[in-house]
Amino acid sequence: MSTAQATVGQVRMQSERASTALSLGLVTTYLTLIVALPIAALVFESTNVGARGFWDVVSSPEAVAALKLTLWTSIAVALLNGVLGTITAWVLVRDSFRGKALVNAIIDLPFALPTIVAGLTLLALYGPQSPLEVRGQKLNVAFTTSSIVLAMLFVTLPFVVRTVQPVLLELDEEMEQAAKSLGATELQTFRRIVFPNVLPGILSGVALAFAKAVGEFGSLVIITGNLPYKTQVSSVFIFSRIESGDRAGAAAVAVVLLAISFGLLLSIGAIRHYATRHDRA
Amino acid sequence: MLRLLRTFCLRGVAFLYLAAILIGPLALVFFRTFEHGFRPAWDALSTPETINAFKLTLIITAIAVPLNTIFGIACALAIVRRRFPGKGLVNAFVDLPLALSPVVVGLALFLLYGRDGWFGFLGEHGIQILFSLPAMVIATIFVSLPFVAREVVPTLREIGDEQEQAARTLGANSWQTFWRITLPAIRWAVIYGVILTAARCLGEYGAVAVVSGRLQGETETATLRVEERYESFDVAGAYAISIVLALMAVVVLVAMTAIRPKEGTT
Repeated sequence: MSTAQATVGQVRMQSERASTALSLGLVTTYLTLIVALPIAALVFESTNVGARGFWDVVSSPEAVAALKLTLWTSIAVALLNGVLGTITAWVLVRDSFRGKALVNAIIDLPFALPTIVAGLTLLALYGPQSPLEVRGQKLNVAFTTSSIVLAMLFVTLPFVVRTVQPVLLELDEEMEQAAKSLGATELQTFRRIVFPNVLPGILSGVALAFAKAVGEFGSLVIITGNLPYKTQVSSVFIFSRIESGDRAGAAAVAVVLLAISFGLLLSIGAIRHYATRHDRA
Repeated sequence: MLRLLRTFCLRGVAFLYLAAILIGPLALVFFRTFEHGFRPAWDALSTPETINAFKLTLIITAIAVPLNTIFGIACALAIVRRRFPGKGLVNAFVDLPLALSPVVVGLALFLLYGRDGWFGFLGEHGIQILFSLPAMVIATIFVSLPFVAREVVPTLREIGDEQEQAARTLGANSWQTFWRITLPAIRWAVIYGVILTAARCLGEYGAVAVVSGRLQGETETATLRVEERYESFDVAGAYAISIVLALMAVVVLVAMTAIRPKEGTT
């Protein structure tokens, strides 16, 4: 009897182990096939030309101009998002007005809307056919750096709002009331109580927005006109290199973007880690 | 008084921001599409190429979403419930598509399945991957990979594993435990993740643009068709397809809004 029980136990243990192995095997195979192998092929291709060749491609004037443009527009967009996204989140949590639910739902629209459609819609309002006029002149931002910033702002809109909103919702208003009853001004309360609490949310939202902006492609294709040295960002640069058959050039710049993405993911992880550790203390 | 002023200022900034970036442009495209009635828009949509493009988009979505759902659930379970070497690496690779440029994704697949790539030999055996449906599906799977896993992980952490352990001690095997205990508990997170995945699949542009080869009527998805129409100076056609894609996005949005509160309560 006891041996029979032992065998039943053993069989169960074995089947448990088998199912664990099966599910882990499935997950790692899928990840390897879909993500890891293509990434490895990309990195391998970029090393084909050697360190010297890699550097030559990455430091070519056109690639450098594209990367510089990508970085400064993305930084501007991330910072703008940090401010405007936090204000929007604040209004959605603390303010009350008619149609708030609708506004709250609309925040996610840039996520659901295809990026190419986003570019097209922005071009309709701010492009050559724009119905808007500034000082008697037709407003037209097509093929300018403003159009890049505009498109990046559109696609990154939800990130900061959606990371700050839950933190604000959970934030105890009693803390703020206590601060005010102790004589703190509105500004002091915000700076000392609210801001430190929402900062990790803002930072991880800003980092996500930055990552998205650096890699953005679809919404920029139509509206920026892909002018080298002027409006060509790195992702569009890579695309045009693929189209002209320059695989090494495309791969080298792509590896730079890949490194930026990995770095940002690591820093977002570090921010989350810090924020949760802060919670427990 | 000052408080009221501040409230209105902040509200004003938020509204202006949303109107300038989001609502204004969309409203204008909607207006331009139907400026001359429904007829031109309908004509643009009912061309065989456009119908084919939408079909292709739906086929790709129908393949990518179920695969990513199964993977997402298995992956979330592995990340939350199991300990194994290389977990950090799995975590990093699952998140990567969120931060990586779609063009880089497309290029990586292009290099892997291209004629000189590691999987280039498949082409020699008559298995066409690049510039046909398989590559487009793989590209779409790549970019929409994280959403189910990312939604399910926090829910799994929250519900804990007491109920699962109880089921185990009562004699349920791991399959039964999953279907009767775990899946019902995470169902809203799964559904929410599926909606996000579907939205990403329907709207994918960059990665597919690189690997599709853009053969009209063959490997042209709805989003690629928008760009093609625009480049061929058929702005009305581009707008009409965009409006259909935007309506799909609105459906996604409604579903997201309907499910979000429920997700909080489970």
